[in-house]
Amino acid sequence: MSTILEIENILKVYPDGVIANRDVSLRVEDNTIHAVVGENGAGKSTLMKIIFGITSPQEGTIRFRGKEVRFKSPNDAIRSGIGMVHQHLMLAPDLTVAENMVLGIEPRKRKLFLDQEETLRTSKKVSEEYGLDVPVEKKIRDLPIGVRQRVEILKALFRNAELLILDEPTAVLTPQEVEVLFKTLFKLKENGKTILFISHKLKEVKQIADRVTVMRDSRVITTEEASHLTEEKIAHLMVGRDIAGDRLPPSPALGDIRMSVRDLCYVTDENIRALNNINFDLRAGEILGLAGVEGNGQTYLIKTLTGLLEPTSGDILLENRNIAGLSPRQVRELGLSHIPEDRMDDGVAEHTSLEENFIVDRYYKQPFSRGIRLRWKDITSHSMDLIKRFQILTKNSRTPVGSLSGGNIQKVVVARELSSDPEVIIAAQPTRGVDVGSEEHIHSILKEARDRGKAVFLVSADLDEILKLSTRVIVIYNGGLVAHFPDASAVTDKDLGPYMLGVKKEEGSSGKIHP
Amino acid sequence: MEKFILKNFTLIRTIIAIAIGVAVSVLLIYLISATPSGSLKYFFVGPLLSKSRLSNVFEMAAPIMLCGVAIAVAFQAEQFNIGAEGALYISAAVATAFAVSTHMPAILHIPLTILIAACVGAAWGFVPGILKAKLGASELVATLMMNYIAYFLGLYLINYHFRDKSAGYLVSYALPETARLGQFIPGTRMHWGIILAVIIAVLVYFFLYHTTTGYEIRMTGSNRKFARFGGINIIKVVILSQVISGALAGVGGIFEVMGIHGRFNWQTSPGYGWDGVIVAIIGRNHPILIIFASLFLSYLRVGGSVVNLMADVPTEMVSVIQSVIILLITAEAFLSRWKYRITVREAEREEKIHESAS
Amino acid sequence: MNPLLKSIFSTEFAFAVIRVMTPLLLPALGVAITNLAGSVNIALEGIMLIAAFFGVLVSAFTGSLFLSLLAGIAAGVALAAILGYFHLKLKADIILGAIALNLFAAGFTIFMLFLITGDKGSTSSLKSLVFPSVHIPLIRHIPVLGDIVSGHNVLTYVAVLMVLVFYIIVYKTPLGLRIRAVGQNPDAAASVGIKVDRIKLYALMLSGFFGALGGLYLSMGYVSWFSRDMTAGRGFIAIAASTLGGNLPMGTFLASLLFGVVNAFAIYIASLNVPSELIQMIPYLVTLVALTIFSLRTLRKRPAKKEEKKLHVDEAAL
Repeated sequence: MSTILEIENILKVYPDGVIANRDVSLRVEDNTIHAVVGENGAGKSTLMKIIFGITSPQEGTIRFRGKEVRFKSPNDAIRSGIGMVHQHLMLAPDLTVAENMVLGIEPRKRKLFLDQEETLRTSKKVSEEYGLDVPVEKKIRDLPIGVRQRVEILKALFRNAELLILDEPTAVLTPQEVEVLFKTLFKLKENGKTILFISHKLKEVKQIADRVTVMRDSRVITTEEASHLTEEKIAHLMVGRDIAGDRLPPSPALGDIRMSVRDLCYVTDENIRALNNINFDLRAGEILGLAGVEGNGQTYLIKTLTGLLEPTSGDILLENRNIAGLSPRQVRELGLSHIPEDRMDDGVAEHTSLEENFIVDRYYKQPFSRGIRLRWKDITSHSMDLIKRFQILTKNSRTPVGSLSGGNIQKVVVARELSSDPEVIIAAQPTRGVDVGSEEHIHSILKEARDRGKAVFLVSADLDEILKLSTRVIVIYNGGLVAHFPDASAVTDKDLGPYMLGVKKEEGSSGKIHP
Repeated sequence: MEKFILKNFTLIRTIIAIAIGVAVSVLLIYLISATPSGSLKYFFVGPLLSKSRLSNVFEMAAPIMLCGVAIAVAFQAEQFNIGAEGALYISAAVATAFAVSTHMPAILHIPLTILIAACVGAAWGFVPGILKAKLGASELVATLMMNYIAYFLGLYLINYHFRDKSAGYLVSYALPETARLGQFIPGTRMHWGIILAVIIAVLVYFFLYHTTTGYEIRMTGSNRKFARFGGINIIKVVILSQVISGALAGVGGIFEVMGIHGRFNWQTSPGYGWDGVIVAIIGRNHPILIIFASLFLSYLRVGGSVVNLMADVPTEMVSVIQSVIILLITAEAFLSRWKYRITVREAEREEKIHESAS
Repeated sequence: MNPLLKSIFSTEFAFAVIRVMTPLLLPALGVAITNLAGSVNIALEGIMLIAAFFGVLVSAFTGSLFLSLLAGIAAGVALAAILGYFHLKLKADIILGAIALNLFAAGFTIFMLFLITGDKGSTSSLKSLVFPSVHIPLIRHIPVLGDIVSGHNVLTYVAVLMVLVFYIIVYKTPLGLRIRAVGQNPDAAASVGIKVDRIKLYALMLSGFFGALGGLYLSMGYVSWFSRDMTAGRGFIAIAASTLGGNLPMGTFLASLLFGVVNAFAIYIASLNVPSELIQMIPYLVTLVALTIFSLRTLRKRPAKKEEKKLHVDEAAL
């Protein structure tokens, strides 16, 4: 077997002083599927960026097909035969599939002009060649995620990629779409391509990878044949300890209903029914998990529950008050707190200090202010207290939040949202993109809240997380609730899958699931 | 030393940018002046040599300072407000109209005239504020248009209704003594408005960094979604920031009328609003730094007019220097390679310390 | 008939509209193309001014219209490129950078004017050649239409031609495809090896080109001299016009035409006994009203409820 890619002794220091890769070496054999695994912040993404020429290392060499290369830009990498499918798909929404495919290497007429017929013809040809069906004349905007990802793969193939890098390709896909993707990847391997992919999901790695490289703390720990490794072994190498795959013990504090949602509907600007007669109750002392493939209405549900969006119709009863349409401030005053889906968007203002981020929901209250005047002394001591209690790694409380790692930023958000002593906690993707250590910490915080009789509504794209934490599970599909599992401990991801994909639906449950 | 540089990097970069601007001016003077050393002296030392010129620096700094903090309040809310010019002009015109047509004791006349100017400025800021907050209309375009409207409307008001026809040129009636801000250093035009301007700038600092509303403004500017998520009424904040901004600029205009000219005499828009943008940039939207930035800018201006008067260098040289300074200050990546090298060295050093310790 | 109405429905008025529109349309196209590439260019004021100046300067020294044209375009494109360098390479905020360059252009032109004329006064101006007016063969003899459409300065026809050029560049060339891709999703463009900054720079330089033609028209067509601050805010009105036109070629053309009508109207009724200040205010007021209506319409297109509208504003604005 020949080596297609060989990386030796890479050192990468970012301008902010963070060392992302140190002494990283890696060999990828030709015509294999090679997985790179590691916690967030282990340096995988940086390594991929270096291979693809997005960023360049301070030290080290890269050999592609035996020749030393020094990519100054993705262009160089593409020209050499490397393609990359990014986690956030890289497509221009208002251009067509074909236009996106030819972008950068457009067929021309009379040198200066775009050859529109040729654009359509060649993109159709490539999609047929690899048996990846896509509507080349449609705008990206109008296509589902799975198809968009296929367009991404085709883009790389269109550029004659021999080595395809996929950055957590399954994160945004439904289990069904993942199956299709894996079939595609096997097919590409049969066609002589090499695939290098990043993942957190060990099951997937075992399922498709020939070889596995484990990274930890900016270094490569090992590279081995996948058949020599078990999931437990990989997990151990990734974090240096075993991950508890258990479920939470039953809640000791199950109590009354804290929040009731009745016939909640939301119709978007484009006249799409994003939420369709949602009904459920949330009890004190439980974690109610909402399972579902992303984009099935979860975001709208979270926003209507937390006052960020006014529902079209229906009621949200919090402590017997209808909060539908109230402002975020009013909802928070009634004892609701919210860990947002996207911490950088909603959760923090990255250029401001930890202190300023801690008080956004309470700055107008005593002791943080008196009258119009902010009391920085009290704010600082409050912040130091939260930093200690939630084990946030930071130099001090005046540091800009954006300079912390993802896991620590998420802890800042969690610390704020749980320290307001809420009765109801809406936790959306509470551990997305954080390292395993922070994940466990955040899980234990949520469990503790549950045990103290708080009502937690957990929305997560990570089924393992849902199954691990939830007392009960409900499933959302296409804006409606389609299943209710009163005892989460008896549920497996196999049970949830068919509901999440809309294959199954509980009897008479069209919007009438009433947990 | 390197740690110090990293910690105060933006400040150091600002100073370097200013130094380069000054160097450019020296270069320009050497290029065009027949008597470069004399011109240099006029330019740099000229403003400091006489009491009246030094006073000119302060006089000019006052309205620029107020426009600067006005712009800073809007910029801190991430509102691209370039409407201080219009707010200043229309407020001064209307408040002048009020002052010349009323009679009352100074103790009422002065504060009322200032209050009217502030209110008119606030109203002027309200329009782009509400258009932005409620309709999403670009405040950049809106404030630009408001500037032109303010200019023509103010001019109309003064020329058609309050023009002093006995004066040889287009000015308003003189303000009654009861509506003037006194001058406190004989032989200069140093007036109480200058002191008030500094006090107001300090108050704006306190407002932005030590009050709840200031916090709301800064959070909204830093990340609007976050502010809304946390329960801040961002619609209110956006409007309020523009209103406060307009009021501050309005006060800046009337101070000059009340303290220096005693009449409204701007036949062309004085440009203080644009200067405000400049000092807000140099002072990085921080009111205290803006006080110094506006003194620096007016020092340059006075130097420019001295050299224009006494030697053969046109005053527009100052515009060229200003643009160089602003470009370098706003250029985030200017000197970033230098910073990067220091950062890498620091990281490596800490790494070594770390390794030897473990 | 009422004399005002009579003059407005005259061919002279329509002729004036086109004349007044020209120095708005060109920079408006410039603003539009940068908007499509995802940047806001408020430096058209400076670009026009510096192009107007260099055109006149070269015409005064060489007597060649062709060289003046080249010099004006080169100056405008160079200023846009400087903005590009500071914004893209040195990461300066593009709006603040543009404010600096507008300031620079205003100061620099007067500074140079002084060096050349030796006149420190603010009223000095530099005489210039002008681009010729063109009578369109055939069309000039058609009654009404001929009087309106024929006999304009050659740069006016160039301006209208530029609408077509704009359309072709944006929708029919690889560059246009890249410009739109960069504006819609810069990361996507970068991921296929397109140099985003370079495309943005090209868009800026194109805007410098359009703006420069507008500036040349001002000093070498509209009038025949350069004077200080002669752009008089047209570079800013261009922002309103392109916004109103949705950055589309035809839309920008129609919006500029609207501003032309309003401006010409203001000039026309100035002869009546109405305070000139109030009349001069009208175009800006109309722009503000148009901006309001335009924003209202954008909101109304989406029949949603209040809170969602607010959210839309949150996310769309700025």
